[in-house]
Order: sequence, then C-alpha cells, then structure tokens
Amino acid sequence: MDPVAAKYIGAGIACIGMGGAGVGVGAIFGHYLAAALRNPSAAQGQFGNLIFGFAVTEAMGIFSLLIALLLLFAL
Amino acid sequence: MAADPIHQFQITKLFTIGHIGGQEIAFTNSSLFMLIAVGIIAALLVGMTSSRSLVPGRLQSLAELSYEFVADTIRSTAGKEGMRFFPLVFSIFMFILMVNMIGLIPYAFTVTSHIIITVSFALLVFLTVVVYGFWKNGLKFLKLFVPGGVPIYILPLVVFIEVFSFFLRPVSHSVRLFANMLAGHIALKVFAGFIPLLAAGLGVIGWVGGVLPLGMVIALTALELLVAFLQAYVFTILTCIYLNDALHPGH
Repeated sequence: MDPVAAKYIGAGIACIGMGGAGVGVGAIFGHYLAAALRNPSAAQGQFGNLIFGFAVTEAMGIFSLLIALLLLFAL
Repeated sequence: MAADPIHQFQITKLFTIGHIGGQEIAFTNSSLFMLIAVGIIAALLVGMTSSRSLVPGRLQSLAELSYEFVADTIRSTAGKEGMRFFPLVFSIFMFILMVNMIGLIPYAFTVTSHIIITVSFALLVFLTVVVYGFWKNGLKFLKLFVPGGVPIYILPLVVFIEVFSFFLRPVSHSVRLFANMLAGHIALKVFAGFIPLLAAGLGVIGWVGGVLPLGMVIALTALELLVAFLQAYVFTILTCIYLNDALHPGH
C-alpha cells in the first residue's frame, strides 16, 4: 500500500477513539443531570467534580486526536 | 474552493524586532492580539476597581465577581493554602477567557488555536507543580505516585500508571484547549463558506438557501461562546487540581 495513503487511513482510524470519549462525556453529563434533578440542592457543590470528570474522560479522546494529528502533520 | 477554513490560523509578521542567532524575532498578529487581550484585562480590572465603592457599580461587581469565581474554584479544589497561587491561576483564567472571547469576533485572530501557546501554559503549570512540590514536600512528593491501600502485588502496575498519567498531564491539558478552539473555528468557517458556494452554484435560490448555513453559523457562534468560557474554566480548574497535588501529595 502507498505509505501516504496508509498514513491518512491510519489518521482516520485513530479518530474513531474520539467516539468513545463522546460516549463517556455524554454519560458523565447525563448522570450529573439525573442526579441533579433528584437532589437539586446538592448539584452546585458537585460542579467542580463534573468538570474534572469531563476533562479526564475527554483526555482519552484527545490522545486519539493527537495520534491523528501526528500522523497527518508530524510523521 | 471559496474560502480556506485553515487560512484564519495563518501567522503573519507585522514587523521585525530583531534577530537572536539566525532566528528572526518578529511581532506577529498573534502577539498583537495577546497584547490587546492583556490591555483589555488590565484596563477593565484597573478601571473597574479604581472607584472602590462599598456598594459596587455594574463594572466593579463584574471585577469582584470574576475574583470571587476564581477564588472559589481554588478554595474548593486546592484548599486555603491554594490561595497563594491565586495570582497565577487568576492571570491564566482571565487571559485564556479574554483571548477566547476576542477570537470569536469575526476577522480576529484566536491566539489559543496555536498549540505553542497552550503548551507554554501547560508546561508552566506542570513545572510549577513539580518544582513547588519537591521544594515544599521534599521526597514526600513522590507519595503522589503511590496511592495508599493498594495490595502490594498490584502496586508496581499502579505506580507505573500513575507516573505515566502524571507525565501525560501537560499533553492533555494543552491539547484540550487547542483542539477545542481549532475545531470550533474550523466548523464556523466551513459553515460560513457554504453561503458563497450556494450563491455561486444556484444563483437566486442559493442566496435564499444561504439563510440555512447562516443560521447554523449563528447557532455555532452561541455554542462557541459557551465552549470559550468552558474551556477557560476547565483549564483553570485542572490547574487548581494539579496545584493541589503539589500542596497535598499522597491523595
């Protein structure tokens, strides 16, 4: 296979990992919302934890995006 | 192709300051927008708080609000001792927020869409955590990598993962901000580029149909406004959490 073509295909495949991050971020916000509707008074105190969980989950998607960017522009 | 969505990230030289070795040091449009952001922040904060009335006016309460917002974030994540890093965290938050907001203005340059800027910030925070952590705790700082209550046979794996994730922090910290700003602005430009393409391809029907991508651009701008604030906040809260590790290692 042409190495350039393989590089582009690899970058595309690497981006599939971002779908997992999308699922994870959706789960975090969905569960936060469900819990916040059950107990709205406790919701504000957990906002920092929500953002932290969001950031850590999103990091996985960022790593796959990073691989894609490296394949496209750096390697 | 009507408009290149990547063109907006082009760095252009405005004038040359000098040379260091063979490398040219130039004043670019990126530096210009950084200066504008710093100027606006300084003017707002100095101007807002100069009156120092007991009952704050509209602008003064905005300044007090942003102070309290960042201070609350630090206190809730890093505790009272975290307040010694308040100037650093507040500067980072205000700068990133202002730069993101300026980037949303049409034809403005988004400074944070370049990875060198976000990596500089992330490395600043990372090195602060490492240097301050070792300076304050000595070798006890290494307890950060050894969580308590883990069975001895699984400990090597856990320590390996902890060390690995510690060194990946600046990567995810910087790429998150950079990728969000880059992707958002490319999406804006792509949808905006549909309008002239429609008009050129379909004539009058295209002009009418161009309302649809225009509405999408407006909706995306609203979303980007949220993202611009949220990413500045995420960057700040992660900074606080990492600083908390330097202040209180060992979980």
